[in-house]
Amino acid sequence: MSLLSVSNLRVTFDTESGPVQAVRGVSFELNRERLGIVGESGSGKTMTGRAVLRLIRPPGRIEADQMLFDGQDLAKIPESRMRALRGRRIAMVMQDPKFSLNPVMRVGHQLMEGLRQRDHATRAEARSKALAALQAVQIRDPERVMEAYPHELSGGMGQRVMIAMMLIPNPDLLIADEPTSALDVTVQAEVLAILDNLVKTRGMGLIFISHDLRLVARFCDRVLVMYKGKIVEELAARDLLHARHPYTQGLLNCLPRIGGSREPLPTLDRDAEWAR
Amino acid sequence: MALIEIENLTVTFTANGRQVRAVQGVSLKVEERQSFGLVGESGSGKSTILRAICGLAPVTGGTIRIGGKPLADPRGKAFSAQVQMVFQDPYASLHPRHTVDRVLSEPLAIHGLPGTDQRIEQALSDVGLPAAFRFRFPHQLSGGQRQRVAIARALMLQPDILLLDEPTSALDASVQAETLNLLSRLRAERGLTFLMVSHDLAVIDHMCDRVLVMQHGQAVEELSRETLAAARMTTAYARALFAASADRMLDP
Repeated sequence: MSLLSVSNLRVTFDTESGPVQAVRGVSFELNRERLGIVGESGSGKTMTGRAVLRLIRPPGRIEADQMLFDGQDLAKIPESRMRALRGRRIAMVMQDPKFSLNPVMRVGHQLMEGLRQRDHATRAEARSKALAALQAVQIRDPERVMEAYPHELSGGMGQRVMIAMMLIPNPDLLIADEPTSALDVTVQAEVLAILDNLVKTRGMGLIFISHDLRLVARFCDRVLVMYKGKIVEELAARDLLHARHPYTQGLLNCLPRIGGSREPLPTLDRDAEWAR
Repeated sequence: MALIEIENLTVTFTANGRQVRAVQGVSLKVEERQSFGLVGESGSGKSTILRAICGLAPVTGGTIRIGGKPLADPRGKAFSAQVQMVFQDPYASLHPRHTVDRVLSEPLAIHGLPGTDQRIEQALSDVGLPAAFRFRFPHQLSGGQRQRVAIARALMLQPDILLLDEPTSALDASVQAETLNLLSRLRAERGLTFLMVSHDLAVIDHMCDRVLVMQHGQAVEELSRETLAAARMTTAYARALFAASADRMLDP
């Protein structure tokens, strides 16, 4: 049985000019593997990730025929059971550490907060677990980082801290929303290697949300391509270069390549049919 | 003689009594009608060089010459008629309460140029925006459309040099392609000289004839387009940047 099975997920926002569907009937299965969701801004990829955790505020609405996670239907269970799952079983890494860490709280305090509140750990236990988590994401001087404020860390360090924080409860499913877009290319590679290693050693499922097809192709096992709230193509990451859908092909072709021709880059001619 | 000549440029910021040398002794030359790229990671000083040219960063050493002449300080009208900058984030660089019309007419008013109406219509059509966009506010435009407005604004005074600071890094891949094509076309039509900053080596390679790789405020290696394509860089850092470049990921 798969770890997560979503069928016909819809996210609707009621606006003054009528309902707007950000996600329109998305279905997918996830095992203990790395699943990539790619698309452009507004394609609904982030909303899909957030909907799994039911992190969409009104006026947004989440509806699904079913969202089965470990025998529980996430679309139906009460909020109290959902709270027990969030963080502990399903965790999310946000895009930008600058905006997702508390700027006026030391990193160590933020890492230990969950352990103290949720797991009722003693101060010493929480501290040693937090240090271990920082070591797991290859931070070399965890003692210093524990005492630092978020603004004293570089982007790559901040993102490692976020990942460490999400991994402390040892979740079964990690949703990473553009975890490396705010990072430089060389740092990006390091953070991806850390994520990859954690997925392998802990046997987690990973949903990796990104706008970067090339990154997803290299990093994931399977890719969902989203356009205007729908999945237009699902394929194995290694087959990405042989994508069938014109949207996926267009996204790949419009990227410049080193040593490529100086001709104008092919642009994407959007077909109204794709959104149907 | 090169159009832009930078010699031994040093930029030092002082914060809380601590000195940060953001750019350390960087030299470069850009010939007329050439397109020159600066590439490196955040904090490598690449954007600071552009800001130093515009007088937006404290230059503490070295010289910047444009057309053989050292720059006046403060820069003045003659400078802005010759050199203009396009910033990274079109969401932050356009005034949220000014219409496109006001954004585009301001440089004309400052420089006392006639024919505002006709110039604005021309500018909009040059960057591929419909004339109806003239009275819109930035929030009524998409990211790509905003960047087109920012490019139109930079071109209002018909400068010779465009300084481009990560002009497409806030845009989706398909919109990036459209914006890069627009920039290439405008450069060919108007004989512009580009000095472009990006962290994406593939974008720089597509747009530029030569590229300077930077790290920690210092110049690491200057590469011609051929050297880059053939991966014949000599420094370890340029090689690492090349290896990590996103477009390599598609190669098996």
